[in-house]
Amino acid sequence: MIRVEKLHKTFGTGTRARPVLHDVDLTIAQGTIGAVVGPSGAGKSTLARCVNLLERPTSGRVRVAGTDVTDLPERELRDARRAIGTVFQSANLLRRRTAAQNVAMPLRYLGVTAREEKRRVAELLERVGLADRAADYPAQLSGGQRQRVGIARALALRPKVLLSDEATSGLDPAATRSVLALLRELTTDLDLAILLITHEMEVVREVADTAALLREGRVVESGPVRQLVADPHSALGNALLPDRPVSRDRRGLGTWRLTYQGHAVPTDWLTRLGADHGLDVHLLSATVEEIAGRAAGRATVAVGHDRAEELTAALGGWGIHAEPLPEPPSPVPADEPAAPGPASETTAETVEEAVV
Amino acid sequence: MSTDLDQLWPLLFPAIGQTLRMVAAVMLIVIAVGTPVGVVLHNSSPGALFPHRALRATLSWVVNLGRSLPFLILMAAIIPFTRYVAGTTIGVSAAIVPMSLAGIPYFARLVETALREIPREATEAGRAAGGSRLQVIVSVQLAEALPALAGSLTIAIVGMLEFSAIAGTIGAGGIGYLAISYGYERFDTTVMTATIVTLIVMVQVIQFTGDRVVRRLSH
Repeated sequence: MIRVEKLHKTFGTGTRARPVLHDVDLTIAQGTIGAVVGPSGAGKSTLARCVNLLERPTSGRVRVAGTDVTDLPERELRDARRAIGTVFQSANLLRRRTAAQNVAMPLRYLGVTAREEKRRVAELLERVGLADRAADYPAQLSGGQRQRVGIARALALRPKVLLSDEATSGLDPAATRSVLALLRELTTDLDLAILLITHEMEVVREVADTAALLREGRVVESGPVRQLVADPHSALGNALLPDRPVSRDRRGLGTWRLTYQGHAVPTDWLTRLGADHGLDVHLLSATVEEIAGRAAGRATVAVGHDRAEELTAALGGWGIHAEPLPEPPSPVPADEPAAPGPASETTAETVEEAVV
Repeated sequence: MSTDLDQLWPLLFPAIGQTLRMVAAVMLIVIAVGTPVGVVLHNSSPGALFPHRALRATLSWVVNLGRSLPFLILMAAIIPFTRYVAGTTIGVSAAIVPMSLAGIPYFARLVETALREIPREATEAGRAAGGSRLQVIVSVQLAEALPALAGSLTIAIVGMLEFSAIAGTIGAGGIGYLAISYGYERFDTTVMTATIVTLIVMVQVIQFTGDRVVRRLSH
């Protein structure tokens, strides 16, 4: 478990003091991946460095796997760091060492026997799928492979906690997906708690169980990803599952923004509205995808004003959250975009995506 | 007046030997002392392993002091110190004192520069992997900088060769002494030419070897 309580970090002193983190609270349970997202300069990396003890917090507490590591003296800090595996952006491998030697680094520092080292390194490289690349130098590996070596190195001392600081930044989409899949697998198999620092929503969508949004050094929103995407007013939820541009022709109809998540919602809710409730529903935009292991969707639909109550009743029965969108201020000619609504451009793909 | 070619070799051969011994002895001292000084210079800077403003400022000032005097002047200025350490002010052992004194700050700066090229993240990876500062310095910083350090070493050896020639003027022996006492004071063109050719060949061999080593070390 990673637990950060009321963490403050200020760089410099006096008039040159530069506060970077304010009152940050964060908890990541074993067997889960917690993402911290935010724009660059929000303090994400400083938070990471406070958790892996490369930086001392100004105040507040950091607990890793049950140990309060905040005030440890330098000597014990080194032992504490061994309980935390860190995967860096661009892997930070030593260029003059082979993949195997890089993975062996933490074992060497600890001083295990040569035999134990050899056995463990082979096991780790096997674990990350690089058993055949042990003798390669980092320059001979692809970005994704280097990151896998970085992960193997981070796992060398069997930590209970893994810290990934922008580990997939700079990787191509396929490599990103494979690295994230590996992290997911490790979380389950080794019961790890992973703190995932990232600026990519895609990464959160793909693997995170919980997410926290860091802005100007403060956690402005946090919670389980499932809950966030189910909340129509969550900034994180909306960033994870953005509203698609809305088809503009909705004259004489009431427009509704729908948010849903979970197994309870039938996947064929749209056709059922027509078949079971006789509602003539216009689908204006929609996205549906699996997030944190469950279907989550956002949609904008329109029905005649007189059928509004039936619509909300039917949707409410399935657990779909519906809220009315304001009418366009005046009748809009068909060739001009409608002003309000989540977005205002018609794209055929959007609707098609929704139907799929 | 000019030395015959058949008399040249008996002059040149021991001189080369003296020069090599002088440079070798000085380099041992320079590496042994200059490397730690360079490591401390680098790691006491902000964002490194043990940032320490006062330590860095002091050390940097001392290093600059050692580097600011032309070797000839340094050599003359520290004669009392040389006599105290070496017991004499002439000969090979006397030359080793000023050469080391000039070489240590020179090499320390080269080491610092080489270490600065290692990404800070590599050092952090070492720390995060549970390495002590000493472990990280040895297994990450110095190990990763090895090709650059080999290059620094080449530069330093050539530098020491030059210093050894200058030290020849105060009777340190070696090729420098030969050049001064025969070539300069007696206008002996043969010896002068021979010392110049010898120095050129030595520098070329050192540089060639150094470059090969750097290439071998780079991955």
